[in-house]
Amino acid sequence: MAAGVAAWLPFARAAAIGWMPVANCPMPIAPRDQSKRQDELIVLNVSGRRFQTWRTTLERYPDTLLGSSEKEFFYNEETKEYFFDRDPDAFRSVLNFYRTGKLHYPRHECISAYDEELAFFGIIPEIIGDCCYEEYKDRKRENAERLMDDQEENKDSKLPHMNFRETMWRAFENPHTSTMALVFYYVTGFFIAISVITNVVETVPCGSTPNQKDVPCGERYTVAFFCMDTACVMIFTVEYLMRLFAAPSRYRFMRSVMSIIDVVAILPYYIGLIMTNNEDVSGAFVTLRVFRVFRIFKFSRHSQGLRILGYTLKSCASELGFLLFSLTMAIIIFATVMFYAEKGSTSSKFTSIPASFWYTIVTMTTLGYGDMVPKTIAGKIFGSICSLSGVLVIALPVPVIVSNFSRIYHQNQRADKRRAQKVQKARLARIRAAKSGSSTAFLHSKRNGLFTGLPQLQGSEEGDQQLNKTASLLESQHHHLLHCLEKTTAHEFVDEQLYEQNCLEGTLQSCPSRSPSLSSQEGPTSTCCCRRSRKNPHLPSAGVPPTCQRSLQELSAIHIQCGDQPPLSTSRSSLNMKLDEGSRLNCKTGLITTAIISVPTPPAISPEGDGQSLTSTNVQTPASSNVVKVSAL
Amino acid sequence: MGALMVIFSLQPKQRNKRKDSVEDELEMSTVRHRPEGLEQLEAQTKFSRKELQILYRGFKNECPSGVVNEDTFKDIYSQFFPQGDASTYAHFLFNAFDTDHNGSVSFEDFVMGLSILLRGSVQEKLNWAFNLYDINKDGYITKEEMLDIMKSIYDMMGKCTYPILKEETPRQHVEIFFQKMDKNKDGVVTIDEFIDCCQNDENIMRSMQLFENVI
Repeated sequence: MAAGVAAWLPFARAAAIGWMPVANCPMPIAPRDQSKRQDELIVLNVSGRRFQTWRTTLERYPDTLLGSSEKEFFYNEETKEYFFDRDPDAFRSVLNFYRTGKLHYPRHECISAYDEELAFFGIIPEIIGDCCYEEYKDRKRENAERLMDDQEENKDSKLPHMNFRETMWRAFENPHTSTMALVFYYVTGFFIAISVITNVVETVPCGSTPNQKDVPCGERYTVAFFCMDTACVMIFTVEYLMRLFAAPSRYRFMRSVMSIIDVVAILPYYIGLIMTNNEDVSGAFVTLRVFRVFRIFKFSRHSQGLRILGYTLKSCASELGFLLFSLTMAIIIFATVMFYAEKGSTSSKFTSIPASFWYTIVTMTTLGYGDMVPKTIAGKIFGSICSLSGVLVIALPVPVIVSNFSRIYHQNQRADKRRAQKVQKARLARIRAAKSGSSTAFLHSKRNGLFTGLPQLQGSEEGDQQLNKTASLLESQHHHLLHCLEKTTAHEFVDEQLYEQNCLEGTLQSCPSRSPSLSSQEGPTSTCCCRRSRKNPHLPSAGVPPTCQRSLQELSAIHIQCGDQPPLSTSRSSLNMKLDEGSRLNCKTGLITTAIISVPTPPAISPEGDGQSLTSTNVQTPASSNVVKVSAL
Repeated sequence: MGALMVIFSLQPKQRNKRKDSVEDELEMSTVRHRPEGLEQLEAQTKFSRKELQILYRGFKNECPSGVVNEDTFKDIYSQFFPQGDASTYAHFLFNAFDTDHNGSVSFEDFVMGLSILLRGSVQEKLNWAFNLYDINKDGYITKEEMLDIMKSIYDMMGKCTYPILKEETPRQHVEIFFQKMDKNKDGVVTIDEFIDCCQNDENIMRSMQLFENVI
């Protein structure tokens, strides 16, 4: 329940009078406000600066320091104020949270100092309003990343108990871990360079023999180049196999981009080896050699910048797509226009629209080779428009891509973005939990009603006061309101799991769950009240027997059940759950063990015993003033 | 070509700006509402000065403009019933509080309503309840009106109830209500039948006193 809305609780309760004529059952008694305190001003002295507010303002959030009795630890008797030795500036936003219900993050405040203040006052930072939440999260992430960087420097010390495989993997991933890794790193780099240079030099015409024209070096020194190629491919193959062996997840490794590049780099060689015997496919074999150029991509393991470039292009896919799309549109438009404009002129190079594509591309990218030029006036006009718009269209997405690159480059120096997603999920979950807390709190307090009800058996008259002590007054009033609604509609609130279970059981629920000894004296009252046996002294005693025996039924069912159920955390809440299952069980089997009614059990520690003794005393003395709170919840 | 497009796009913006300022002024005039003085309210209602102060502070906190419109009202009321949908019942409540039917509940309306509910005589409270049920304020509660009200009350319970809410539960409840209240069996409940019947029912009488000490 939000803060300011707590002030409207009296209104909501007053409006509940609208349900009264409709309800068929009597309403539960209202919690009394025992301590009719006048609302008083509290003085909060935070390091000398005095803040004043109403007590009820602070009590809106009872699970924080200021809203609960925890602040009594800071009470100063002489000056009659609460003294906190904290930062008064940060305290301002904390206090505003109580007043307005919204927590704001002051931008000039240091993030860790603010976090500490919030932790001290028991406020979870997830409540920060949407207006300030982005800023807060960004600052927090930056801070965390900065701390991570400092830690990572020390991280590379060797962890104990790493087996050979893990050591190898670490060596591959981070060459600075050991000298061997560094050596390996440089050797592979060297061989990649050699391989690329070989491929390039292979095609250079090197010197001419007297009786032949220039031949490329590859054909002249075939053996030498073949040996170089083989050596490089050996090294690459060995490297790939070692990585495959060391990878923690082989399947994931094989799917990664780098390993695919590795495979594509060495495959042509092996295919070439296999296929040299077959002369027909030698043409295809030659084409395959093109793929050897992919070896240059192996450098991306050695260069951080290259990896980032690749990542940027991947993340700017939408901008690149837009660029491509708009360019295509423009090319088609201008090519069509140029074709029709130049159709008239003789010996025009613009023979078809696809032929004009070449002209449009060359003009739009401002290359201007000059192999195709318009000759008519209309063609020249449209040609100039084409080149102007080309500049615009290309210039637009480029800054986006550039800024993306710079952002990713800086970000890549720091922690993953994946952590941010997990935190977002956690934040939403916590907010949802806080919101649903009010409904679960009601269900909780219903069980607690049982808990606080039982001590009253000892004959205390101030049962209501004890009830008020366990929950705050506001909560108990809110719960009383929900209780009245339950009474009006003769249905109860249950939580999700119970509801699912009930749905599953379906028809079994609809069987008339009444003992034969119950007579429908009350008529409508008993039908609507048959699941509840919450009594108060104002009820006419005639109402007691049917409901009483009903509850006995349920309690006796517990007695049977109690041995089977596994022990739960609190015996009281377990009683609550047993009651539910017990009553359902009752419905199915129709057992009535009324024999247990007559056993007078002393007020023992066991809850079942207490329940039975109180109901048995009630049967004998209907006029007893004990407030019996046995609720079939 | 691009320049022409840019020129065209500038034009509508200026026109919009002028329209906005006029609308803003209109809004500003309805935004503030100050209630009558404490003395008058003290005289008109049965609350003490201190109680009025507390009420106003809470009211103003949630509605700084001084009036509640229906959406805010529904919002506030729904926060008390997290499991169900309280908007329909809040709508009926709003109409019951908005006695002059101007679409908003000012602090005076609010406090008058509360005065009846918390400090009024049983007769007045029953009157108020009748007014709530009589949706079209014609002096008769028909079965349809009662069904609407009943459905809205059951809506507040939400889905997860025990026993499971069935479709005909509100209707059955309405039948029971009419059996009890409609003495001459003419299909409608008049104010006299209602008050008569409620005064004879002990449960209802007792529950009317329930919220005496809310403030």
